[in-house]
Amino acid sequence: MTKTGTSGPEGVAQGLPPTPSQTVGPFYGYALPFRGGEDIAPAGHPDTVTVHGHVYDGEGRPLPDALVELWGPDPAGELPAVDGSMRRDAASGGFLGRNGVEFTGFGRIQTDADGHWYARTLRPGARGRNAPYISVCLFARGLLVHLFTRIYLPGDRAALAADPLLARLDEERRATLIAAREDSGAYRFDIRLQGEGETVFLEFR
Amino acid sequence: MTLTQHDIDQEIAAEHAAYEERLAAGAPAEHHPCRDYAPYRSSVLRHPRRPLVAIDVGKDPELVELTSPAFGERDVTETDNDLTRQHTGEPVGERITVSGRLLDRAGRPVRGQLVEIWQANSAGRYAHRREQHDAPLDPNFTGVGRTLTDAEGRYHFTTVQPGPYPWRNHVNAWRPAHIHFSVFGSAFTQRLVTQMYFPNDPLFPYDPILQSVTDDAARQRLVAAYDHSLSVPEFSLGYHWDIVLDGPAATWLEEGR
Ligand SMILES: [Fe+3]
Repeated sequence: MTKTGTSGPEGVAQGLPPTPSQTVGPFYGYALPFRGGEDIAPAGHPDTVTVHGHVYDGEGRPLPDALVELWGPDPAGELPAVDGSMRRDAASGGFLGRNGVEFTGFGRIQTDADGHWYARTLRPGARGRNAPYISVCLFARGLLVHLFTRIYLPGDRAALAADPLLARLDEERRATLIAAREDSGAYRFDIRLQGEGETVFLEFR
Repeated sequence: MTLTQHDIDQEIAAEHAAYEERLAAGAPAEHHPCRDYAPYRSSVLRHPRRPLVAIDVGKDPELVELTSPAFGERDVTETDNDLTRQHTGEPVGERITVSGRLLDRAGRPVRGQLVEIWQANSAGRYAHRREQHDAPLDPNFTGVGRTLTDAEGRYHFTTVQPGPYPWRNHVNAWRPAHIHFSVFGSAFTQRLVTQMYFPNDPLFPYDPILQSVTDDAARQRLVAAYDHSLSVPEFSLGYHWDIVLDGPAATWLEEGR
């Protein structure tokens, strides 16, 4: 394949100035989270993984009002083009939850009062030269522009060592992107917005 | 120490002057707020200090972030884009119609993507548990909407004019009336959450959240335009607001093009 431009076919200029970002504020809680937002894996799927963690501010205090969005491929590395993450009930106007069968790859979770979030999703597969990862977009009151990061799962050392992003980071920073496997089998991934152990955040160009 | 509006005004002016200096020194226009914007106090402990790690999307077509979640007819109901019809009665307030297009920076429409909104009611009160403003709740207004963009990238909402509301950034802090928007592009890199404001609001200069966009032209792009052609006779006033997504959406074509 040939790359022909970063925002359009060859010769198409990035003509329009973008709409600026603004904070999600404190009151999205009744608007954006949806039923089953954290249960991304189809029920009973054998490749289900649990990922969870806390979101901390620059003083190590958990954020009770952060919003974590996850987007990732299926175990074969394919990105789903399936809708239905937030199925609605036309009769009640409420959320039905997912249909239990299809994998949409998208999740959205608000941290709880302890700043904790969790998701059950499918173990992501590798794409190209990249080690398998789940993309994360983080929003919070106080955060004027969302932040991107990635959750890499531990295990395949060779794949992690060859990953183009991880290879560019020193050991300490790299560690912030790799979840820790717990005795329960769940993966722990904390996000530190600022200060010691600050998570690596990404910018796409 | 109690922060007054005067303190915040001075900080806003200083941030603005610092930006003008950067521009004068040849720096590029800043379309987005700086995450470290002290006049908005909640940002102080909630922004990274280390530089973001840049990823050149042109080097890798396999990046997860170059695609976006899909949304479809299952994800919206018929009344989701009409916030005045979600209860048995009519909400209190001036009805408005808000419409515009979702575009990428090349001006191409972003089709079939999800647009979500939330807002205060006409008295400036959110239907949210943690909201402390003692303005009245409206039993006929929740203030949440959802729609998919059409083939031209267009979205359309019917709602009521939100009221301004106080908050606790400093003494006598008031947010100008606004509607929160959450939108998806064709790539996850284009994800955007922002706020739409209404023309000529006298609260603009006092609000550190709006002023966090220090570039005058960029800030103006957050303000909708009154559009008489969108006004519905005997029903609502129309506002037009286009949303342009930033962030790369690499276009890959087969070899040999
Ligand atoms: Fe608000």
